Amino acid sequence: MTLTPGWFMAVAAVLFALGGAGVLLRRNALVMFMSIELMLNAVNLSFVATSKALGLVEGQVASLFVIVVAAAEVTVGLAIIVAIFHRRPSADVDELTELHG
Amino acid sequence: MIDYHALAPAAVLGLTVVAALVVDLVVRRKVWVAVVSLVGLFGAFVPLLTLAFCEPLLGCASTTRELFGGSYVVDGYALVLGAVFLATAFVAVLLSVDYIESDRYYEGEYFFLLLAAALGGVVMASARDFVTLIVALELVSGPGFLLAGWRKADERSNEAALKFFISGVLALALLVFGVSLVYGLTGTQLFAELAAVDPDVAELPLFSLGLLFVLVGFGFKVSAVPFHFWTPDTYQGAPTPVTAWLAVGSKTAGFVGLLSVVFLAFPQLRHVWGPMVWVVAAASMIVGNVVAIKQDHIVRLLGYSSIAHAGFILAPIAAMAGAPAEALPLAFYAAVAYLLVYAVMNLGAFGVAVAGIAKVGSGKLSSWRGLFRHSPSLAVMMAIFFFSLAGIPPLAGWFAKLAMFQAAVGADNPWGLSIAVVAVLNSVVAIYYYAKPVVAAFFEEAPAELQLAEAGAASSPAMRLALGLAVVGVLVLGVVPGVVAVLGRYTTSLLTLGG
Repeated sequence: MTLTPGWFMAVAAVLFALGGAGVLLRRNALVMFMSIELMLNAVNLSFVATSKALGLVEGQVASLFVIVVAAAEVTVGLAIIVAIFHRRPSADVDELTELHG
Repeated sequence: MIDYHALAPAAVLGLTVVAALVVDLVVRRKVWVAVVSLVGLFGAFVPLLTLAFCEPLLGCASTTRELFGGSYVVDGYALVLGAVFLATAFVAVLLSVDYIESDRYYEGEYFFLLLAAALGGVVMASARDFVTLIVALELVSGPGFLLAGWRKADERSNEAALKFFISGVLALALLVFGVSLVYGLTGTQLFAELAAVDPDVAELPLFSLGLLFVLVGFGFKVSAVPFHFWTPDTYQGAPTPVTAWLAVGSKTAGFVGLLSVVFLAFPQLRHVWGPMVWVVAAASMIVGNVVAIKQDHIVRLLGYSSIAHAGFILAPIAAMAGAPAEALPLAFYAAVAYLLVYAVMNLGAFGVAVAGIAKVGSGKLSSWRGLFRHSPSLAVMMAIFFFSLAGIPPLAGWFAKLAMFQAAVGADNPWGLSIAVVAVLNSVVAIYYYAKPVVAAFFEEAPAELQLAEAGAASSPAMRLALGLAVVGVLVLGVVPGVVAVLGRYTTSLLTLGG
């Protein structure tokens, strides 16, 4: 059996679904954020696999952009989560109920 | 050879972003950072004007300029929407000056973040491929997350930032995954090339799935139902001047990206995205308006109102589901016209919210009763902006709704007619909840325990200028709607090649 790009796409789809399930099921802000990072990395895998299959370079460039954007999001997200840890012992989103919504 | 003239608006704004940081470092009085920001935003208007009047004044071949292989295009659409982002940021800075000055979290980075988000908007208006679009979208969103959590030790502000952040990054992940599927099937990310893609490829289910992911990603950004759950909490918990920027600047950026994607990249797939947008538009109008009725906090009321308005802006797009290609420019025009009017009247409404909360000390509508007795000018402005939001002539809102109905009905198909009916019913409901607080502000007695603030942020020069600009905008655009019509038509020039 050879590894065709379709297999990489399948792995990407599974990773993406796992990440999505993590966001929906886990209640710790940090873990939810890690799950979203997993989804973004599934996107990178998908970009690189399709780019390789098509013999084009734009997809790999796109994955570099996604990595940079994701890194920027990490700094922003950790700043927000650290601000919350300063005020309370956990970052459980279910305890964040100051705003009725 | 890079066309520096075309890049000038973004470049001036980019330099201002850096200048704001440097000035913050050297000056003691942070209000100078706001002054630098305002000068920079004003300065970025100049190249926008020289680009717009390039043909008659400087003898350019065409107003449209393509850079970086068509990834970054400056045309009528980019210029008009770029101006909207600059003007929105200008008013948001004016609204912020006294709020931030009187707050204990005052730092110069506030204006740096606001300017960076405005830069994202300007780039977004010019983005014509998915990578540029994603970078621009995150340049708008990233500073927005931080601004929402600006009051670091305030738990409500923390909560607002976290909810906004989680839903914003989730939207990014969905959007980018959709883009990777579309790219995998077509091998291109350029909107112009996607519009000309082989119909056989475009009909694949996987392609539609990618398009669905992209639309869901934008659904979060424009806070359309069912992706709106973060909106009221984030709007209420964030500092109110920041909310003004999020509701106008950040949301407009989402719509600009959505319009570029559906009208430039996938115009031939309107039978796929049209029904999806129809469901979201109808749900946004109904849920936004119905839930707004029972809100007792002015910012939450405006938050649900902005969700309902997202539905109105999406209505002409939804009407394209069964429309011929000739109908596309009219729908595009209607959505852009609505966005322009939406920006002006919502900046005004949130400006009134900022000034009023500073005056009566609370956003609860119960303490806003009798506003006319003690702050008549504020009450009159509240009436102007709320009635404009309700769509009552001669205030600007009516023209936006008219353009929207014209496009929806003019598309001449069941999708367009049905969304127009939903929009009419919702416009009637909306009048009720906009009128109720205004009537209470004019005809009821102020609560006895009310403690009014002495002058301060409610009547500072910056606040007066911001509200004055918004009042003039709403009145002028309402009485002379030709201004919106001309600007709106100017943006549709980019659709003549597509179809």
